[in-house]
Amino acid sequence: MANAALSTPGVPMQSRGLEKKQTWLERLRKGDEVVHLITLAGAWSIIVITGLLVQHLWVYSAIARHTFGWRFLFTSTWDPVNGLFGAWPFVYGTIVTSILALVIAIPIGLGTAIFLAELAPRKVSDALTFLVELLAAVPSVIYGLVGIFLLIPILTTAMPYFQKVFGWLPIFSGTFYGVSYFSAAVILAIMVVPFIVSISREVLLAVPVSQREAMMALGATKWDVTWRAVVPYARQGIMGSIFLALARALGETMAVTMVIGNVAQVSTSLLAPGYTIAAVIANEFTEATGDLYLHALIELGLVLFAVTMIINALARLLMLTMKGHEVTG
Amino acid sequence: MIVSRSSSNPPSYPPLSRKIVNYVMLSLTGLCTLLVVSVLLTILVYLLWNGVHALNLNFFTKLPAPVGQSGGGVSNAIIGTLKLLALASSIGVPIGLLGGIYLSEFAGGWSAFTVRYTTDLLNGVPSVVMGIFVYTLVVLPMHHFSTLAGGIALGIMMIPIALRSTEDFLRAVPRSLREGGLALGASKSETIFTIVIPAAIYGIITGIMLDVARVAGETAPLLFTAFGNQFDSSGWLQPTSSLPVVIYNYAISPYDEWHQQAWAAGFVLLSGLLVVSIVARVILARGKKLSHG
Repeated sequence: MANAALSTPGVPMQSRGLEKKQTWLERLRKGDEVVHLITLAGAWSIIVITGLLVQHLWVYSAIARHTFGWRFLFTSTWDPVNGLFGAWPFVYGTIVTSILALVIAIPIGLGTAIFLAELAPRKVSDALTFLVELLAAVPSVIYGLVGIFLLIPILTTAMPYFQKVFGWLPIFSGTFYGVSYFSAAVILAIMVVPFIVSISREVLLAVPVSQREAMMALGATKWDVTWRAVVPYARQGIMGSIFLALARALGETMAVTMVIGNVAQVSTSLLAPGYTIAAVIANEFTEATGDLYLHALIELGLVLFAVTMIINALARLLMLTMKGHEVTG
Repeated sequence: MIVSRSSSNPPSYPPLSRKIVNYVMLSLTGLCTLLVVSVLLTILVYLLWNGVHALNLNFFTKLPAPVGQSGGGVSNAIIGTLKLLALASSIGVPIGLLGGIYLSEFAGGWSAFTVRYTTDLLNGVPSVVMGIFVYTLVVLPMHHFSTLAGGIALGIMMIPIALRSTEDFLRAVPRSLREGGLALGASKSETIFTIVIPAAIYGIITGIMLDVARVAGETAPLLFTAFGNQFDSSGWLQPTSSLPVVIYNYAISPYDEWHQQAWAAGFVLLSGLLVVSIVARVILARGKKLSHG
């Protein structure tokens, strides 16, 4: 600890050897050690809070975990009255909406990032990026509001024409009521696109000019340069941004709750109403009567926590290896 | 590795097909940008348009009116949100600041790694899970929802961003400034408080403002901590209404007057957030100008 206090980036290394080493008490009197300990306490309180969070999720889901085991995740009966809790409809809804959102958001977000990084003049690019980043700050409940009153009417109007062409596919069959997996996925896609755009643009801009010039010198077109030399160079960062977007989509609560319909069923059709893990927690948590019900909902929270943690860790790992790559290469 | 792969397969000088692909793909990226920007602008304009039309003075001064009665407002939700944010800041900002100073000025080795890693972990926790955590931590022992619980939930959510932005801005302070302070005989803590922090203060304030703006719109953690309230909430131990929760409850209700209120609340919340974001950026820009000129 004493060493850590001395070895700041600001202190030249040799000054330590030259002067007489201060004792812990001397440093305490001068205030350095006090400041160190106070800031240390602040920093460690974060570890305590996070530890408490994990412990509480674990302890308060104990009854549900012991009653159902792994069956909890893979059975489809959600019947609070009879004390039967199977979370598959929510797990399924969460996976379907998040994947579909990414399927919509990745090509559009990546295309936008390429345009902003490679084609647009720097000033236009900066202005548009500012706008996109501002929209990343819009609260999810407001996306939900716009989803209910703008997106759903638009989708309801457009859907008959769409179904005339694609209705024979099982995933687009059935009646469309407005609230559905599809509506939720569209809202999620709109919400995660800013993440993909702003991070991918940064990563693309960081690709060395030499990389582009080398490809260009071989007679490649602008698109070839971008797609074969620039994007592959930046692919780890882009993957990182996608994983961050996925983590965000999985945990997203309000906007999804407002447009997915909140029906605990598993449907092949994307146009059917459904439910997600976060939505069922938001809807039923305050109404949960009885310990088993409450613990089942908290177990869903635990599942959500574990999954987003793993995906965030993957995203960070990708970003880290990219940084290492930049430094060494 | 990547370089060798792309250069091992050099495209010959562009024939027509490549040129067509070039133009098609480049226009597609332009279209993507157009789509993204227009969707985002539509959302913004639609919200502002509806919000302005639903807004009136009663909205700010009156309590919610029963269904069917016009002229109600959400004064309690506005006060509730301000109270929640004040409480959240008083929890999140000190811990974030201290942690940031620690990571930038003192930390080394495993302790720094653990703190940094845990902060990232905490930052990634879905907001609804944070609601569950504070419910079990505060609401269950107290047996009722409260402003206190809501403020704690938002406060914990503020910590990671406050910490990381403080750390980043402190790290950006040039090493020569620290060396100058130490060379004058100042102790390490004196250097930190009289030289390093003042040099980074604009950035730190900006980071905290953006952090407050971020949690101001959080709804999910408030649903089972601060809950909601049709009336004014006095003190800190009663449930309180807040703008995000009002937007949610009114938006999913079947009543037209409530939808109007939801738009107005959305407008007030969003314009507040945008103003704070823009002011924060202006402060940062001015701070940069001051420290460079």
